[in-house]
Amino acid sequence: MAEITGDPGRAIPPAEVEDIELPHPHSWWTKYVFSQDAKVIALQYAGTASAIGLVALILSWLMRLQLAFPGALPFIDADAYYQFITMHGMIMVIYLITAIFLGGFGNYLIPLMLGARDMVFPYVNMLSYWTYLLAVLILAASFFAPGGPTGAGWTLYPPQAILDNTPGQEAGLVMMLVSLIVFVIGFTMGGLNYVVTVLQGRTRGMTLMRMPLTVWGIFIATVMAMLAFPSLFVACVMLLFDKLLGTSFFMPSLVEMGTQLNYGGGSPILFQHLFWFFGHPEVYIVALPAFGIVSDLISTHARKNIFGYRMMVWAIVAIGALSFLVWAHHMYVSGMNPYFGFLFATTTLIIAIPTAIKVYNWVLTLWRGDIHFTPPMLFALGFIVTFLNGGLTGLFLGNVVVDVPLSETLFVVAHFHMVMGVAPILVIFGAIYQWYPKATGRMLDDTMARIHFWVTFVGAYLIFFPMHYLGLLGVPRRYFELGDMSFVTPSVHDLNIFITIVAWIVGAVQLLFIFNIFWSLRHGKPSGPNPWRATTLEWQTPQTPPAHGNWGKDLPVVYRWAYDYSVPGAPEDFIPQNQPGQFGAEAHRR
Amino acid sequence: MPLALVLVLIVVGSVVFHFLSPWWMTPLASNWGYIDSTIIITFVMTGAVFAAVILFVAYCLYRFRHVEGRKAAFEPENRRLEGWLTIVTAIGVMGLLTPGLFVWAQFVSVPPGTTEAEVVGRQWQWGFRLPGADGRLGSTDARFVTDDNTFGINPDDPAGRDDILIDGDYLHLEQDKPVKMLLRALDTVHNFNVPEFRAKMDMIPGSVTYYWFTPTRTGQFEVLCAELCGIGHPYMRGGVVVDSPEDYQTWLAQQTTFEQQSAKAQDPETGTRLASR
Repeated sequence: MAEITGDPGRAIPPAEVEDIELPHPHSWWTKYVFSQDAKVIALQYAGTASAIGLVALILSWLMRLQLAFPGALPFIDADAYYQFITMHGMIMVIYLITAIFLGGFGNYLIPLMLGARDMVFPYVNMLSYWTYLLAVLILAASFFAPGGPTGAGWTLYPPQAILDNTPGQEAGLVMMLVSLIVFVIGFTMGGLNYVVTVLQGRTRGMTLMRMPLTVWGIFIATVMAMLAFPSLFVACVMLLFDKLLGTSFFMPSLVEMGTQLNYGGGSPILFQHLFWFFGHPEVYIVALPAFGIVSDLISTHARKNIFGYRMMVWAIVAIGALSFLVWAHHMYVSGMNPYFGFLFATTTLIIAIPTAIKVYNWVLTLWRGDIHFTPPMLFALGFIVTFLNGGLTGLFLGNVVVDVPLSETLFVVAHFHMVMGVAPILVIFGAIYQWYPKATGRMLDDTMARIHFWVTFVGAYLIFFPMHYLGLLGVPRRYFELGDMSFVTPSVHDLNIFITIVAWIVGAVQLLFIFNIFWSLRHGKPSGPNPWRATTLEWQTPQTPPAHGNWGKDLPVVYRWAYDYSVPGAPEDFIPQNQPGQFGAEAHRR
Repeated sequence: MPLALVLVLIVVGSVVFHFLSPWWMTPLASNWGYIDSTIIITFVMTGAVFAAVILFVAYCLYRFRHVEGRKAAFEPENRRLEGWLTIVTAIGVMGLLTPGLFVWAQFVSVPPGTTEAEVVGRQWQWGFRLPGADGRLGSTDARFVTDDNTFGINPDDPAGRDDILIDGDYLHLEQDKPVKMLLRALDTVHNFNVPEFRAKMDMIPGSVTYYWFTPTRTGQFEVLCAELCGIGHPYMRGGVVVDSPEDYQTWLAQQTTFEQQSAKAQDPETGTRLASR
């Protein structure tokens, strides 16, 4: 039991950082458009990411239609289908999920949660968003390019990506590569900001081990992205050279449809190594912010400290480091030296240990909690189910010999959608329900939120859980139509139709969510500064929504960790981080 | 509260679905039964963990739901419990990895005395090549590919002349005889995948990849390309026929060699060029 003293503690004088140093807006343009306020930049990132994400949603509807009812829509031919899957994948992974977690939540929450006035380099932060927007526009423009967008699959494997018989292999592919290059440039500007702000911008008392796990997750994910994206960058540049200048970085000598091409000596597998050296950390770049945010959601709404905070921090760091040693598990059947399989299966399964620790600690946080089923909590709990499911199927695919029959089947599609599609997106929704009140001063409508949760969560499980079994049967992915296959029975087609119907319903309910976002701007209940009675600093701002500079004259001073919920003897079931006094974990430890 | 119930339903429903599902691995036709066993072990262990964790969550949601006057416990850490969970997880992971690596060691070590068969992928068809009387395959390169030499066999390599070529037809293999599949592609990445054999591997232009297996039952099996190779990818089908030793010899005797096919292609009397087949 904690030793409780009534001593309010000596208040430490706040660090004064003159508000005047900030680049304040002087007009509507510099306030809402070319803003250097991280909170505005965050909303710009989130809005742009959501808009392009809607395109990906529509594409998924169309390809599910083709899979369930082949040929029903005449405009979906093989070209269009491969363009849809490519753009859907690329948009979801990079332009939506990565951008919204780091550019959106990173920008909004890092300065607020650390008690900073803003990011350390506001101007570069603004440039980061506008560069990202340019990347999105180039990507979107490729839909209208001659030949359409690239249909090489989101992995863009050469030689096929730049050969004939791939839709959009001229302008579409070039625009995709240029867009990715621009994205990496923009991201680097933002990422530098997040890292330096976490290391240098924390307010007095905010030690690293007092940071909320949300910040830890975003911080480590950003460090990883700074190390992983350069690999994608060079892969794109080299592929662009192969395409436009006729170099042969990735191109061996080959004969296409009976014609000898002018390539020779390059290695297709080199591209795969570069791609997955980025691509696997990318999975955790998406997952770690989700891990961090979900920890805070669960703790807040279970009114209980996160279980094993230090272990959670070290697990995030360990996952971040290990994730650079597992990339070739995407390449078990790529034709690389098969002896790599021993190493990469081992590292891949080792990473399951810190990941499992995180799951245990979320679950143990619920134990003896005081669980409030608020919309953010519902989504956080939905995340545990889908992430656990997807993580466990990762133990199939990571174990090299099991991967051999399952690779390139729908098992893989089901696995990665569950673990890095559905799971992080549930967290994004939960986080929006959590912090919308801070950004707008109003609550999102509760009834619409609950409909949104139930349809999305149950629907996503119904889509992807049975899909694993189609993969087990051997149904291949990236098939425009299955046609006649000896093992494809009518029941496979029935299941495909079922999945498509559910996918349409789940997609449709996202429109309700978007409606809620706009409707609640005017009609939502006023939230007050701290509707969830949470401890972290962003809920303690003098204004809601916080003004530019966040804190008024004095920066907050931090006296405790972020998880002083239900502290014995405390007057309320939460103690904000900036409240002095000897209650809580640190008094407990003493 | 309803969520606790739904979580129980998810666990029960998933387990019931697993056992009632009509979709399961195709009947095995190779020696890789160990792969199937590893999959089953993985299902049992991961299924148990999934059920245990989700049911525990469901119990917590029911037992510790907010009611008037409830106050959460305060327990920042429990080193003992965290330590035990880590150790148990590590043991479980080792339990999955160890059998997996043992099977992989078999998968990558080709037993001595294995025969060879080559697969050549190009958009969007399969070609096969077997060593002729000398027991060796001739060397190849994409640069040698012409209309009369669709496999790209080195015309100056004597080992290649008696190679048996099967173009646009099914490959036959002998039952119970281990075979090393040498995988080659001429234009882009393909993947020679027969679901019933459980083995697959990408075929990369510019290099030769491989895997080995022993076909264990006779019959005809479908070949599906398993690496996106352009818009014709779903239509890149072929077949493998596993024969009894007698049937295999009968089939083999009917096949023609590279030399015979070149002679035929160059002979204006017979006329038909190989490429137009």
